[in-house]
Amino acid sequence: MFEASLNSQIEISSAMASAVLKIVNTTLDWVTFALDAPSARAVVFGVQIGGHLFVEVLLLVVILFLLSQKSYKPPKRPLTKKEIDELCDEWVPEPLIPPLTEEMQSEPPVLESAAGPHTVVNGKEVVNFASANYLGLIGHEKLLASCTTALEKYGVGSCGPRGFYGTIDVHLDCEARIAKFLGTPDSILYSYGLSTMFSAIPAFAKRGDIIVVDEGVHWGIQNGLHLSRSTIVYFKHNDMESLRNTLEKVTAENERAKKLRRYIVVEAVYQNSGQIAPLDEIIRLKEEYRFRVLLDESNSFGVLGSSGRGLTEYYGVPIEKIDIVTAAMGHALATEGGFCTGSARVIDHQRLSSSGYVFSASLPPYLASAAITAIDVLEENPVLLKKLKENIALLWKGLSDIPGLSIASNVESPIVFLKLEKSTGSMKNDLILLEDIADRALKEDNIFVVASKRSTIDKCRLAVGIRLFVSAAHSESDLRKASASLKRVAALVLRS
Amino acid sequence: MITIPYLTALTTYFSYGLLFAFGQLRDFFRKIFDWWKASNLQGYAPICLGLEDFYIRRLYLRIQDCFGRPIASAPDAWFDVVERYSNDNNKTLKRTTKISRCLNLGSYNYLGFAAADEYCTPRVIESLRRFSPSTCSARVDGGTTTLHTELEECVAKFVQKPAAVVFGMGYVTNSAILPVLIGKGGLIISDSLNHNSIVNGARGSGATVRVFQHNTPSHLEKVLREHIAEGQPRTHRPWKKIIVIVEGIYSMEGELCKLPEIVAICKKYKAYVYLDEAHSIGAVGKSGRGVCELLGVDTADVDIMMGTFTKSFGSCGGYISGSRELIQYLKYTCPAHLYATSISPPAAQQIISAIKVLLGEDGTSRGAQKLARIRENSNFFRSELQKMGFEVLGDNDSPVMPIMLYNPAKIPAFSRECLNQNVAVVTVAFPATPLLLARARICISASHTKEDLLQSLEVISRVGDMVGIKYFPAEPKKQQQEKGMIKVD
Repeated sequence: MFEASLNSQIEISSAMASAVLKIVNTTLDWVTFALDAPSARAVVFGVQIGGHLFVEVLLLVVILFLLSQKSYKPPKRPLTKKEIDELCDEWVPEPLIPPLTEEMQSEPPVLESAAGPHTVVNGKEVVNFASANYLGLIGHEKLLASCTTALEKYGVGSCGPRGFYGTIDVHLDCEARIAKFLGTPDSILYSYGLSTMFSAIPAFAKRGDIIVVDEGVHWGIQNGLHLSRSTIVYFKHNDMESLRNTLEKVTAENERAKKLRRYIVVEAVYQNSGQIAPLDEIIRLKEEYRFRVLLDESNSFGVLGSSGRGLTEYYGVPIEKIDIVTAAMGHALATEGGFCTGSARVIDHQRLSSSGYVFSASLPPYLASAAITAIDVLEENPVLLKKLKENIALLWKGLSDIPGLSIASNVESPIVFLKLEKSTGSMKNDLILLEDIADRALKEDNIFVVASKRSTIDKCRLAVGIRLFVSAAHSESDLRKASASLKRVAALVLRS
Repeated sequence: MITIPYLTALTTYFSYGLLFAFGQLRDFFRKIFDWWKASNLQGYAPICLGLEDFYIRRLYLRIQDCFGRPIASAPDAWFDVVERYSNDNNKTLKRTTKISRCLNLGSYNYLGFAAADEYCTPRVIESLRRFSPSTCSARVDGGTTTLHTELEECVAKFVQKPAAVVFGMGYVTNSAILPVLIGKGGLIISDSLNHNSIVNGARGSGATVRVFQHNTPSHLEKVLREHIAEGQPRTHRPWKKIIVIVEGIYSMEGELCKLPEIVAICKKYKAYVYLDEAHSIGAVGKSGRGVCELLGVDTADVDIMMGTFTKSFGSCGGYISGSRELIQYLKYTCPAHLYATSISPPAAQQIISAIKVLLGEDGTSRGAQKLARIRENSNFFRSELQKMGFEVLGDNDSPVMPIMLYNPAKIPAFSRECLNQNVAVVTVAFPATPLLLARARICISASHTKEDLLQSLEVISRVGDMVGIKYFPAEPKKQQQEKGMIKVD
C-alpha cells in the first residue's frame, strides 16, 4: 500500500514537472521563434545580432526616460496682493536728509562789490584772498567793454544747445583763439568749468579701460571717472615713484590687451593742495609705458610759463605730447565756462559724444567774448605774469614762519595752501580750528581768507587747510598785511 | 506712445538697412586701405574702437549741415543764420561771411527774453559794471554776493517753496544733487524718457535705478509695489529711501507729465518726488509758475523741485527748491556749491529782472501779456498743423511741438528745404530719439507775431507736401468736421 501511494505521488509529480517543462518549452519555442525572425538574424558589421539586443534597447529607453524627468522642485509661490500691501504699509523710509547739525548752519560772507583784490564785506573794505583772480582781470576796463557790446548784441543767454542754433559766432571765434594761443589744432568750449572734466572723461574711457589717477584730484574728475565705469587705480599724491610702480603693475597684469585704452589723469596745479605736477617725468613715464595723458590746467593756464601758456611751457614740453588738455576758465581768465583742447580727432569726437556738450545749453555769448578779450590782454601785457610771480614769492616769504601752520603747496603755485603742522586727528576738528582762524582774520584784520571745505561725497583724503589765491593785482602792502595778520591770529588760536 | 503706419515702418527700416550696408562697405574698403598704409599709432590702442563711432562716421556726417548751424545775432524770433560750405562732402564745414535772416522756430525762447529787453538789459549792464562777469570763486568761498542771495529769495518766492539754491548750469544741478541725496541702498525710479543729466546723476549716485513706462502712473504703481515688497536685490533688505524722478514737460514729446496721479501714488507708498521743470517753468501755468500751477498740484507735495533758467528766462543756470532744511543741507554738501564757480552776476540779474517782469513787479503788464501770448501762439500753431494733416505730438498748452518725420532721408530734406525758404527748424534723430521715430521739433515763443506764425505755417505746409510727411488726412478748409483724428495717447 505504502509503495503504491509513493509510486503514485512520484507519478503525479513527474507529470506536473513534465507539464511545466512542456509549458516552458512551448514558451521558449515561441520566444525563439519570435526572436528568430528574419530581422534578428541580421548581421550588421560582422556582428551577429541576437534577440537580446531588443531587451537591451528597451532598457536603454527606460533609462533615458527616467533621466529626462525633472527633479522634484517645490512649486514657486508668488506673494499675494494682501502680502504686498502689508509689506508696503510696514516699510518706513529714511528721512530725505539727515538731521542738521551746528556746522551746517554756517553762512559764507556776502560780498557787496566785485570780487577784485579789494572787496566790500559787511560794509567794510577787506583784502580779498578768496577769489582765483590770478591776473587781476576782474573789473578790467577792456573786459567790461567787450561784455557790454556782447550783451547789447546777443542778450544774456544762448537759448539752446550747440547742436540746435546755440552756436553763436563768438563761440567759434573763442575756440579758434584758444587753439591759436596754445598752439593746438582745435579746441571745444563747455558751458561750465566743473562739467568739463566729467564730460570729457566718459567720452574717451569706457568699461574695461584703465585709468591711473592721482589721489588728490578734485571732485569733477572723480565724478567723471565714476561715470566712465573703467578700472581706476590711484597713485600717491604727486609721487612719481608711486606712479612708476603703479604703471608697472598695471601693464604687467594686462599684457595682451591690445584694445585697452590707458590713461593717466593729473592736474597741473592741484586744487586740493597747491602742488605742481612734474610734467617732464610724467611724459617720460607715459612714453615708456604707452599711456595717454589727460591734463587739467585750470589753475595753471595764464599763470605758469613765461607767456602764460601753462604747464607745458613751464617745463618746455611740446604741447602735442599731451593728448587732452582741459581747463576751467573761471580762474585766470576771469570769466566762466571751460574748454578742452587737443588733436582734431579728439575734439571732433567730443562734439558728438560728450554729454555735457551735447545735452546742455551753450555758454552765454558775453562770457565767450570776455574770454577772447582776456586772452588778448594776457598776450599784450606779459608784465602781469611777472607781477604775479613776484607776489607769490613775497607771500611765501611772509607766511613761511607762522608757528603751527606750514605751507603745503609748491613755491611757484598761485594757490598758497597752509595746513596745520600738527593735525588734531580728525578732519572735522581741523576744520573747526582753521575756520576759526579765517573768521578772526576777516573780522579783526579785514583779511578775507577761506578754509578749504570738503563735500561728503568727495573721495579725496588730503589734509584740509587755509587757501590763499594770490592775484597780480595785490599790492605789496596787501601781502604784508595778510602775513602779519595770519601770524597773529594763528598764534592766538593755536596756542589755546 | 506713437503708432507708426506699417508701410512707413517698413520703408524706414529699409532706408536704415541700406545706409548701414553702405556704411559697412565703405568701412571694409577703409580697413583695406589702412592695412596697406602703415599706421602711426605705435602701440597705443585707437582712441575710438570699431563700431563705437560707426553711426557718426557713416550716417551722421552725411547730414551734418543740418545740425550745429551757427548764428550771428541774438536768438530772437528772427535771427541771422551763418551760411556754411563744404569741400569734402560734409566732413568739415567752413563758415562764410554771408548770413541769411530766418524765422527762428528752434531756440528755447519761450517768453521772448532772449534778445536785449527794455527792462532787463540796462539792469544787467549795471550789475556787470558793479560785480564784473565772474566772481572766480566758489559759493562757499568768496563767490556769494548780495545778488546771489537776492536771486535765491526771488526764485523761492516765484516757485512758492520756502527756500532755493542756484547753480551756474542746469546739467550740473542734476548730476551733482542726486549723488548727495541718495546713495547705495536707495532706489531711484525714473521715467523712461528722462533727460541725460538725470540719467547721469542717477548713475553717479550709486543707487539702484529702475525705469517705469513713460507717463504711465499705473505702471509706476506696479513697479513701486514690486520693489518695496522685494527689497534690495539679492539681500532683500528694505530700501533706505525711494525717489521718483519725473519731468514737467518732456522736451522730445512735448507732453505734460501726469503729475496729480504720480504725486498721489508717491504719497501712498511714501516715496519722494523730484520734479525737473527745465522746460515748463515760466512757460506754462496762469502766472508762469510751471506744471504745478497748471495741473493744480500743491507745491508742498513735491519734495524737490528743480528747474533751469536757460529756456524761459533767457539766461543760464539751474535751481533746486525745497524746504529750508533741505536747502541748508545741500549748501553744506553739494559739490557744485562747494567747488564750482558761482553763477555769473549779470546772468543772475537777468533772472531777477525776468521774474520781476513776469510777476508784474516792474510796473507794466508785459509779463501777463507774454504768458497769454505764448499760450495762444502754441494752441493756434498746434491746431493749424493738425488741420493740415501733420502728425503732431504733445498736449495743449505746451510750447514744444514735435512733427513726426520717421524716414532718415526726410530729416535733411525737411531741414534744408525749410532753410532755403528762410525758416530755421530743428530736426532730431537717433540717438536722442528711438531709431524709427525721427522728428522735427518746433519751439514757439511769445515774441512770434501772428504774421510770423502764418508765414511759417505756409512754408511748413509747402515743404511738408514736397517731402511727404502729411501722414494724416487734412481737414477740408471750409467744413468744421473732425475726420477721425485718432492720435497718440
